[in-house]
Amino acid sequence: MADTNEGTTRRDFIHVASATAGALGVACVAWPFIDQMNPAADTLALSSTEFDVSGVEEGMAVTIVWRGKPVFIRHRTQKEIQEATEVKLDDLPDPQVDSDRTTRPEMLVLLGVCTHLGCVPLGQSATDPKGEWGGWFCPCHGSHYDTSGRIRKGPAPTNLAVPPYKYISDSVIKIG
Amino acid sequence: MVLQRFVRGLLFLSFSLLILIPNAPLKAAGGIAVPSQEWSFSGVFGTFDRGELQRGFQVYKEVCAGCHSLNYISFRNLADLGFNDEEIKVIAKEYEVEDGPNNDGEMFTRSAIPSDTWPAPYPNDNAARSGNNGALPPDLSLMVDARVGGADYLYALLSGYHDAPEGQEVADGMYYNAYYPGHQIAMPSPLSDDGVEYSDGTAATINQQARDVSAFLAWATEPNMEQRKRMGVMVLIFLTAMTGLFYVSKRKIWADVH
Amino acid sequence: MSEPKFNNSLIRWIDHRLPIFTFMHHEMHEYPTPKNLNYWWNFGSLAGIVLVIMIMSGIVLAMHYTAHVDHAFQSVERIMRDVNYGWLVRYIHANGASFFFIVVYIHIFRGLYYGSYKAPRELLWMLGVVILILMMATAFMGYVLPWGQMSFWGATVITNLFSAIPLVGESIVTLLWGGFSVDNPTLNRFYALHYLLPFVIVGVVVLHIVALHRFGSNNPLGIDVRGNQDTISFHPYYTVKDAFGLGVFLILLSAVVFFLPNSMGHPDNYIPANPMVTPAHIVPEWYFLPFYAILRAIPDKLFGVLAMFAAIGVLFILPWLDRSPVRSATFRPIYKVMFWVFLFDCVALTWLGAKPAEGIYVILSRLFTAYYFFHFLILLPALSIFETPRSLPKSIGKPVLGGGGAAMAAAPAAPRERS
Repeated sequence: MADTNEGTTRRDFIHVASATAGALGVACVAWPFIDQMNPAADTLALSSTEFDVSGVEEGMAVTIVWRGKPVFIRHRTQKEIQEATEVKLDDLPDPQVDSDRTTRPEMLVLLGVCTHLGCVPLGQSATDPKGEWGGWFCPCHGSHYDTSGRIRKGPAPTNLAVPPYKYISDSVIKIG
Repeated sequence: MVLQRFVRGLLFLSFSLLILIPNAPLKAAGGIAVPSQEWSFSGVFGTFDRGELQRGFQVYKEVCAGCHSLNYISFRNLADLGFNDEEIKVIAKEYEVEDGPNNDGEMFTRSAIPSDTWPAPYPNDNAARSGNNGALPPDLSLMVDARVGGADYLYALLSGYHDAPEGQEVADGMYYNAYYPGHQIAMPSPLSDDGVEYSDGTAATINQQARDVSAFLAWATEPNMEQRKRMGVMVLIFLTAMTGLFYVSKRKIWADVH
Repeated sequence: MSEPKFNNSLIRWIDHRLPIFTFMHHEMHEYPTPKNLNYWWNFGSLAGIVLVIMIMSGIVLAMHYTAHVDHAFQSVERIMRDVNYGWLVRYIHANGASFFFIVVYIHIFRGLYYGSYKAPRELLWMLGVVILILMMATAFMGYVLPWGQMSFWGATVITNLFSAIPLVGESIVTLLWGGFSVDNPTLNRFYALHYLLPFVIVGVVVLHIVALHRFGSNNPLGIDVRGNQDTISFHPYYTVKDAFGLGVFLILLSAVVFFLPNSMGHPDNYIPANPMVTPAHIVPEWYFLPFYAILRAIPDKLFGVLAMFAAIGVLFILPWLDRSPVRSATFRPIYKVMFWVFLFDCVALTWLGAKPAEGIYVILSRLFTAYYFFHFLILLPALSIFETPRSLPKSIGKPVLGGGGAAMAAAPAAPRERS
């Protein structure tokens, strides 16, 4: 480009413009071919689930499906709530108070996906191992969660996630 | 010389394209010519007319939906017609869909939600046949692409019910239609003047309803049509510029040869 | 062939151990190409690019398609309506198939006109015919996948061709179907093969290019390259020319994809497959029409099928049917006329293939079918003996710009102003 010869400069400019246009075209075409892998419109439309929690009695837990993943709904006993609220924040790898994790203290709603590598922790049925803190235990790599779904021991870096949900009536929650 | 060759090449290409489009919808099935209509959505810059679509949707909902399914349309798609989320929820709530099984293993019905597809009037084809004198009312979600003549044909068909001309035999349970292949159709004329009441005050003549519902079915056939044409205009502008640059580059590089 | 010098040390390091850069330099950069190629020579590389477009769009579609009779049609509609840009990718793939055939047919007729099939390029030509056959098989099976009415009945009719084979025909058809009619097993195997065959095509294309680069491109004069003064390097001369041709092609493809996306399809294929009802007028895709016309022209099942396959098979022995030592039609006064007559014959057969098999169309089909084989089996061998070719030029490169030809071949990319 530093060439002072006018003819050469104009010629180079045209070739650079051509190559740029070609590269731009390829880049534009690339987007549809990548974006097609994102969730389709019908998949996105299914991204909320409603559930009536009135059937979940104290001490019971159910698992429902939201976006193809398990959601744990646990009706906690007074003892479990007490354990969850009394723990000192300093003892937690990922400090979070119990009240930040629930809308109603007795009804715990969690995404049932271990934050380590995505396995589903045990602890939903009466016979499952629940880990050392009486919450959930992930069998894949030994993460222990407490009765608020917070990580207490093991390789998982964070607490079990709380999905976005709200009570749309007295007993029905809408997740997503 | 080069340009001349190029022009000849282009001519040949267009010629090949011409012979490749033998299905151009001049005549519908059965060789019956269909008059072509002015549609807001035809042409390179065509877009759907929301008012027309909403009226057509009303005709489908109140007239066609009794027998014809619309399997590939969900309530959420109605957003394209200009309905907002709340309106769509209200429309969906009017319908019951089967869901399940619940925790007891039973199927149950609930009111529809936006992500549900349009509920079909019959549970299966056999039920549809037995409810319609043995004729199967086809699904309407792809009608415009699935019939030669497209929206023109649908309009002609829906507004084409007349008394049979002299000498034309019409079998029992069949109806004369000027544009249906063979002129005998199992569907009685579905539209009648003022058969629906348009909320925007448009007079609901048969022709108006036929037009509106044909436009609605054109949308249902290809909801992405507007996006396609918009993108097409931009792509063609870009490609023309790019190809022009390539041509200048080519001329420059080849200037030394010959 | 000089050893290229690479400035980048990493490229030098790799190239020393794995000489892909040297290879690319030889075959795509300095590759000596006749300087007189016209725009008809664009269609070879264009076909290669279209193959890439087809494979890429096809892989995207495969990510969303479901190969099951109960879900195939619906999954295609989901691609059209819900998948992000799914409609775009499907329209590119569906119309791309038609454009692929346009490009390849032009490529073939260019070869016919300029005698590109003659020695020493016979194997190059035959590999091309193999590619054509693989393309046809791939296109046919791809058309079955959406599982519309034309898909189903096309599959039924074409697989039934094999029932014409004496004795074992019926068993072969049952084998192809994996059942007693075209059904889910058929759809599944067609999907598997439709995904496989394009990669087989890529393999044969590589062989096609290896064979091409053995003797280099033929040219409009049809005479051999005599030396450097006749050739220019592939890059930048033909890369930029091919890029321009690609631009024109993309404009035409986009015009159809965005504004006439269903013009080359058939409305009946937007009706889900129904094994109980055959559409009133079934036609194959346009690119099969000439062969379909030949099939229907013969009033005998077995011989009709044989004639159809022979129409493609005869291309394999073309280098030995046309014995004229002159390649290019430019210097063959009679062949030049017969080429256009033959092209007209093929267009007529295409037109007839779309017409109902009745009345005058049947007679015309027979006439044009007879001429098709007459052209290859009688006319070409006869012309080889009786035709007097015009005298050939001595060489491609005439000295231009005061002997600049040789200087340019030596330094093709260097602008002349600098020397």
